[in-house]
Amino acid sequence: MPLTDSLRDDILAAVPSLRAFAISLSGNGDRADDLVQETLLRALANIDSFQPGSNLPAWLFTILRNLFRSDYRKRRREVEDADGSYAKTLKTQPAQGAHLEFEEFRAALDKLPQDQREALILVGASGFSYEDAAAICGCAVGTIKSRVNRARSKLSALLYVEGTEDFGPDETVRAVIGGSS
Amino acid sequence: MRGPFRGLTVTRQKLSSRGNVGQDMKDVKKQGGLNAEIQSRIGHQLRAMYDDVVRQGIPERFVDLIRKLDVAEGSPQLGNAGEKNDGGE
Repeated sequence: MPLTDSLRDDILAAVPSLRAFAISLSGNGDRADDLVQETLLRALANIDSFQPGSNLPAWLFTILRNLFRSDYRKRRREVEDADGSYAKTLKTQPAQGAHLEFEEFRAALDKLPQDQREALILVGASGFSYEDAAAICGCAVGTIKSRVNRARSKLSALLYVEGTEDFGPDETVRAVIGGSS
Repeated sequence: MRGPFRGLTVTRQKLSSRGNVGQDMKDVKKQGGLNAEIQSRIGHQLRAMYDDVVRQGIPERFVDLIRKLDVAEGSPQLGNAGEKNDGGE
């Protein structure tokens, strides 16, 4: 469909969640904004292929996700946020304790396989249905469900089993597990 | 060899494989009554991270971008007159 004023407004209105998705995927604020910009340019260039009445956010998320994937294949993941560049994108700096917890969460999220991370974000944070998330990722609904489940159990293992005091200091546990052979 | 840690290793395998749910739950409970609570914390952290960015709104750069493109697109007759300089694609 042609780019009407209302369509343009709808695209702009999707920018905050596109940014959140991009930052969640890439872990890097600057890169995320570049991704969003490229997504908008591509969406506008291909606006004729957007079906009026279909899900605009899902269409935009699909573009962003595909851009991220091709970008990812090109440069692999640079070790992100060593300098806290993600944290700098936050408007309000969390208090120290919360900040630490946040960093841990971010690090655990980054350890997930990309398929699982994107599925979890789309369903658990962006609020897409399993059906929409499946369409965005180009896979079956059942595949999305199992990716989300695996992502959740992996995160809980990383955040709440691995590091708890029940098992003694982290370092000891890691050393024993890592060095056992 | 790794006596004290044997239990941990077993638990981790169970958490990552989906089989044997009954035993899985028992082990999880033993580790401190987790599952539902952990899942809700994870959901909460994930949304907190995400919503923090959403609340930042639309950065000016994107408003400008759309506005500029709008001018170029809005007048297709003049569209080639150099307004469109995005180069890519």
